[in-house]
Amino acid sequence: MPEPILQVDNLFKRYGDVQAVRGVSFSVEEGEVFGLLGPNGAGKTSTVEILEGLRSPDSGYVRVCGLDPQVSSRELKHDIGAALQSTALPEKLKVMEALRLFAGFYKRRRDPEELLKRFGLEEKRNTHYGKLSGGQKQRLALAMALLSDPRVLFFDEPTAGLDPQVRREIYDIIEELRREKKTILMTTHYIEEAERLCDRVAIVDHGQVIALGSPRELKQRSGGKTRIEVKLAKPAANGTLQTLEGVADAREVGGAYVLHTQRPPQAIVSLVKHLEAEGNELVSLEIATPSLEDVFIEMTGRRLRD
Amino acid sequence: MRIQLALRNRMFFFFSVVFPIGMFFLYAGIFAKGNPRVVSFFLGPVIALNVMGSFWGLSAMLVTFREQGILRRFHVTPVTAADMLASSILANYLLTLPTVFIELLFARLIFRVQNLGDLFSLLILVTVGTVSFASLGLVVASVTNTMQETQVLNQLIWLPLIFLSGATLPIAYLPKVAQSVAVFLPATYLVTGLQGAMYSSFPVWKLLTQILSLFFWAVLTFFVAAQLFRWEPESKIPRNAKLWALATALPFFFLGVWENKNGQILTQAQAAYRSLDQPAKSDQPPKSDQPSMGTPHPQKAAPISTNPQ
Repeated sequence: MPEPILQVDNLFKRYGDVQAVRGVSFSVEEGEVFGLLGPNGAGKTSTVEILEGLRSPDSGYVRVCGLDPQVSSRELKHDIGAALQSTALPEKLKVMEALRLFAGFYKRRRDPEELLKRFGLEEKRNTHYGKLSGGQKQRLALAMALLSDPRVLFFDEPTAGLDPQVRREIYDIIEELRREKKTILMTTHYIEEAERLCDRVAIVDHGQVIALGSPRELKQRSGGKTRIEVKLAKPAANGTLQTLEGVADAREVGGAYVLHTQRPPQAIVSLVKHLEAEGNELVSLEIATPSLEDVFIEMTGRRLRD
Repeated sequence: MRIQLALRNRMFFFFSVVFPIGMFFLYAGIFAKGNPRVVSFFLGPVIALNVMGSFWGLSAMLVTFREQGILRRFHVTPVTAADMLASSILANYLLTLPTVFIELLFARLIFRVQNLGDLFSLLILVTVGTVSFASLGLVVASVTNTMQETQVLNQLIWLPLIFLSGATLPIAYLPKVAQSVAVFLPATYLVTGLQGAMYSSFPVWKLLTQILSLFFWAVLTFFVAAQLFRWEPESKIPRNAKLWALATALPFFFLGVWENKNGQILTQAQAAYRSLDQPAKSDQPPKSDQPSMGTPHPQKAAPISTNPQ
């Protein structure tokens, strides 16, 4: 079996007193889209930056394309492309100039013209970077990541702060790259992004990988249960919801109650009966098919979204 | 690659042209009262100010780029710190040259300075001076984190440099004590060197002290700047970085001691200044009799008269 193109074993990184990465391990095969899913501050960005060679790890084994990013940094950089969490470029730099400038750094390169067209930036070729919209800047960042015709792409929060329309455009681009069998490591805190785009996902929290597998595997592991989220007029007594018939798991999460069940109708009926008996009332109720967030909640008792 | 970077950096330097030219007119108009000979005396300092100005622009630019996260994006590419430094210095140099040229042009055309001195020495000094002061700016940018800190440090360095080196007041004007201090400063060598080149038309071999010391300093400072270069904003400044930065002052420390003992720089500067008051005579400087070697422009033998042609 060929060596994985990315290997991380027992990675540790600390910033002052804060232990950002605590023993993270995973590997990525060539041609797959791998996601690091977790809330802000989980250590995703630190991990990616270590892989890119921007930061040095405190300890751990890291190999990208078989090279250690600390030791063979320069050589490795010719083979990787990255879209950073917040790309910043000089305001007065024009789009085409930016592409040409960065293309010139690499031994092997893609034609900036081609990328310009592909990412829909042709009309903006002479626009100053400062005048681009958020979505355009992000498209440029992705285009720039491809300039080196890289073996591995790193996308750190590629759609953060963008509105849904633009986000969908970016998804289309990433899906296209996925079809082309590009190797991509992306970080995100958006569940649907991880579910939709990634072949495999590592769920990260507080610097550790708490679950790893394909989105489907992970959801199955969590039992494939439906999630019912309810808000009640009065708090429910501790543990009572858990005992309701049909309810497999019940937790309080930030002011609401998240119930997991394999028999939603049953659970709802028992819930309503219970509330009546207690003199409590249902303020709101939401049903959702299982998602990676449920896996997260199950394992940590917290939401993934802040 | 470097040139590409340099060309891109150029875009942001355009405002560094106005200040030096403004200063030039200030000098020529007020201090020299339009007297061509005196203007020529001050050309050296003016150009020195121009060259030293690189110091400001580069430190500001580097700090801004780093804090905005722009340098990070470059960090993911195969570009090295030395590449980044070299390209900014190159861009700065390409902007300094035309400015110097314009100043020479104004000197010739508006103030009727006939003899523009030894242009080859001038070129060498401008080159070495730009590289060294630009590198110094980059060193400053690497030991500070915010624009504010950078500006403060810039001021602290800049003011002694311009006031004690002869860039503002001629050295000969300064009290003895100040003069002794002046030879510890790199700026002094730049100013006297340029002055020697322009006013006294010293050829290269007469300005070896200045040229070599500045050259050596340029190399050292560039090296230190490359070592201290930081890509990430808010990254911690390594403790020994500040020590490294101070190390760049070392060569001139030693040189200053030596110069105070048996140096010629001060006497040359004083002689030049005194010669301003003497009636216009042959343009040959008091010491050199031989024609200069290796300069493309022959020195003019005709005296500068105070009457414009």
